[in-house]
Order: sequence, then structure tokens, then C-alpha cells
Amino acid sequence: MALKTETMILNMGPQHPSTHGVLRLELEIEGELIVNVKPHLGYLHRCFEKHAEAMQYNQVVPYTDRMDYLAAMGNNFGYVLAIEKLLGIQVPERVEYIRVIMAELQRIASHCVAIGTNGADIGALTPFLYLFRDREYILSIFEETCGARMLYNYMWIGGLSHDIHPNFVRRTKEFTSYFKNTIVELDNLLSYNKIFVERTANIGILPADTAINYGATGPVLRGSGVKFDLRKDDTYSIYNRFDFDIPVGKGLQGTVGDSWDRYYVRVREMEQSLRIIEQAIDQIPEGDVQSAIPKKIKPPKGTVYTRVENPRGELGYFIISDGNTNPFRVKVRAPSFVNLEILGELCKGHLVADVIAILGSIDIVLGEVDR
Amino acid sequence: MKKAEEIFEILKNEFGDIILSFDKDTPTEPIISIEPLKIHIVSKFLRDNAELQFDSLMCLSGVDDANGKKVKDADGIDIIEGGTLSVYYHLYSTVLRHKITLKVSAPREDAKVESVENIWKCADWHEREAYDMLGIIFLNHPDLRRILMPYDWFEDSFPLRKDFKVPEFYQGMKIPY
Repeated sequence: MALKTETMILNMGPQHPSTHGVLRLELEIEGELIVNVKPHLGYLHRCFEKHAEAMQYNQVVPYTDRMDYLAAMGNNFGYVLAIEKLLGIQVPERVEYIRVIMAELQRIASHCVAIGTNGADIGALTPFLYLFRDREYILSIFEETCGARMLYNYMWIGGLSHDIHPNFVRRTKEFTSYFKNTIVELDNLLSYNKIFVERTANIGILPADTAINYGATGPVLRGSGVKFDLRKDDTYSIYNRFDFDIPVGKGLQGTVGDSWDRYYVRVREMEQSLRIIEQAIDQIPEGDVQSAIPKKIKPPKGTVYTRVENPRGELGYFIISDGNTNPFRVKVRAPSFVNLEILGELCKGHLVADVIAILGSIDIVLGEVDR
Repeated sequence: MKKAEEIFEILKNEFGDIILSFDKDTPTEPIISIEPLKIHIVSKFLRDNAELQFDSLMCLSGVDDANGKKVKDADGIDIIEGGTLSVYYHLYSTVLRHKITLKVSAPREDAKVESVENIWKCADWHEREAYDMLGIIFLNHPDLRRILMPYDWFEDSFPLRKDFKVPEFYQGMKIPY
């Protein structure tokens, strides 16, 4: 008599430490192998887009903080750029420089969490603690500047909420020279660690054409070997003035586009962010950071779509103005939301334990997925 | 790299009446309007044509245009009658580096738009979100369920519609505001 085989449904989450928030995954498994993954979202849904319709344009900024709460500066940046484009405002040079430095510091802080938790999920707890210690340094720089550690409301339409603190330049320089050692340490501890490589190399391989078709962006796309970064390819603000490289996955430990490549792209990106900060920090011109803030924000009728390179990928804001003081429609194209869609494709044929390694390498923030 | 005018000309020559209009008086981006039940044919052409190669869908957004009549229903609640719901498609070509914005509008009472899920896979969740938030039906979508709202949310209640009222009770629980 033939043995009857059936697939089994296993529930992962919503309360699970490795889903990085409240995400429920419905795993269809055959023995230990994944047949299908069905993500269920919405546990953190606050309908930001409906709130935004009831707010004035400048009041929306604090709400954007709360989407990707690990990269709030980047969220502010995208939103204010969209409204400035609609209004046709040119912001002062000083503001541009400070914004770029803040966004890059935020990128490092966000990647620290991404890399740290990716390792911690797989069992490497030490790098996690080291990276959180160094991330705290960035957060304290932010705190000194605007009074908040994570949700800043720092970038305003046409300017900034505060000028930089007198200590800012010194402390940022201290950080950049110090953090280079951390990256070396991280490479020794984790990147080439045999156990870590075994767990991530050749796991969750994402081919480049699939990545583009699924709309993947950020380190997930670049891990697949596609050299695409909005800071270079659809440049905004003053990124075209700085000299930096775009790291891409090369399959050094396995195949191009595996979990290790996505991890490694993030590590190398932190180095490039340091390069940008080092170039920008000495060039900050003098000026008033609030001179271009409009008294009344009433953009003309029309639509605008702007996108910025957030740590997790392309963050797009689609805003419709009907000529009033409130936005008519704000739609956010959240990078985590789009990147998470690939999960099912990546997990097929892998073990249950690999789901965690793959999810960690995609790096999602549920506040942004559900908005 | 092609300008929006050139892309419009190419589409007009290929499809004729399906391409409805070209709105270039917007402050930032020109918009091409297309027949909602033909969008998948146009999209496939945009992706596969060698001169256009729009291989990436940046964003897909549902919008309540709120251009109907404001009336009161039987219980005296303000609702919008008539008008349209729209879907905006922001496309980008990673090869040729040009962008275009497409728009389709369908009547509010019977908002049906063809799905582009099999052309750009990332449209899957975006379309589910547009259905969830605005009640736009995407024809031939493989799995059109709610995505952000609970699966047992009221069948004809869509939060991002401009005439949405927060229900008083949900599954017997009082909604506080």
C-alpha cells in the first residue's frame, strides 16, 4: 500500500521574534521543505494614507516617521522632496548638505539593525550587540540635533526643524573614523564566519530579472547583481556631487543573489555612506536652515511622484493636490511592502529554518509594510 | 530615452482610440489616460516593445476622484453618487531610463479594471491594496482578497473612499472613534 502524503500548514507569527514585528506567515510544508509561503499582513495597519488626507501638508511629516521607524530621516526626506517639487521651492545649500548627511547616518544606523538582527536570527549574537552599541552613537547625534532618538520630524518642507548642534561636526567625524574599525570587526566576526556563510550562501537565490519584475529595490535588487541605486541613477538633492560606488552582489560565497550577497551589499554600503558623509561634512556652507520654509503651503493642482533611496529600497510618494491646504491623496510605495512579496518565491524548496535567514536578508519593517 | 510626448505618439499610432488623452498641463509629470479594460494590452506592449522596455512598475495607486454628486442616502448620511475611481501606473525602464505615468478611470458604481499582475508581478499586492482600500475590482487577478484590512471586514466598506464612514461596531466590538 502506498503511503499517503499530504502537505502540512504551519503558522509562523504574528508573535515571532524573527518576523521583526507582527507578520504572520502561513507555511505549507512537506516534511521539512517549504512548498509555499503565504504572508498575511495588516496587523500594524493604521491607514496613514487616510490620516494624511485630514492633515495639512506640514502636519503629515511626523506621520511619515512612523512608517519605517528605523529610517525616519529617509521617510521625511522623500516626503518633503515631493512637496517641494510640487511647490517649486529651492532649498538653501546648507539644508541640502545637512539632509544628505542625516540620511546617510540614518542609512548606517538602519543597516546596523538589519545586519545585526539577520545575524542574531541565525545565532550570531555578538555582532548584534556591537552594532546596536554603535547605532546608539548615531542616535545620540540625532538626539542632540533635534531632541528625538528615532522619530525625528526633522526635515520640514523647505527646511529643517533645527540647525545642527555646535558639536555635530566634531561628533560625526569621530563616528566616521571610529566606525571603520567596526566594519573590519564585523567582517571578521560575521561576514566570513563559516557557520554564517553555511547558513546564508546559496539560500534564497533571487535572479536579476525576477527581482526587477517583482519590483525589488535597494539591497535586495543590488544583491542580485543589478547596479541600480536611485542616488546615482535617478539622482535627487545633491547626491551627484559626491563620489561613491554602488556595491553589488557578486556571488563570492555561493551564487549571485543569495542571502549572503544581500547581507554583504549592506555591509559594503555602510562604507560608501561613510565616504559620502566624510565628503559632505567639510563642505557644509553657512546659512539659515529655515529661510525657505513657506508660511502657507498651498501647492497648485496636480500630481507628483518622487522616489528616494531609503535603506530598504525605493521609497516613493505619490501625492495628488487639489489646490487646498490638505493633500487630496497620499500614496506611499513602501520598499518593504514590495520586497516582502518575493518571500514566497525565495523560500520554495528550502528548509523551515531557512525562512528566517531569508526573511532577515530581505530586511522588512512592518510599520512600513502595513503603514 | 524617450519623452512623454514621443511615448504618447507611439501608443496612439499602435492603439488608436484605446488611448484616450494626454494631459501635459500638470506641474511635474504628464499623464496618458487609457481605457480601463484595455490597460493590460497597452501594458504588455509598453513592456515588450524594444523602443520602450518599461520593465519596472514603480507604483500603482488607486484614487477616489470624488467627482460625483454629493447626495444623502435613505438614512441621511452623505454619500457620493456617480463619478469615477482611478488607478495611476508609474512606469520606469531600468534599461532606457525613462518614465511615464498612465491613468485609467472607471465608474464608481462598477469600477472594473483589467489586472496587470501577469505583466509586472509587483502589481499583485498593489492591486490587492487598491481593491482593499477603494473597492476597485481588478479583472483576471489571481487572488483578489483584502490585504491590509481584516479578512472579515464589511464587504462594501472601503476606507480610502472619500465618503467612508467609520462603522460603529465591528464583530460586536465598539469602535472607539
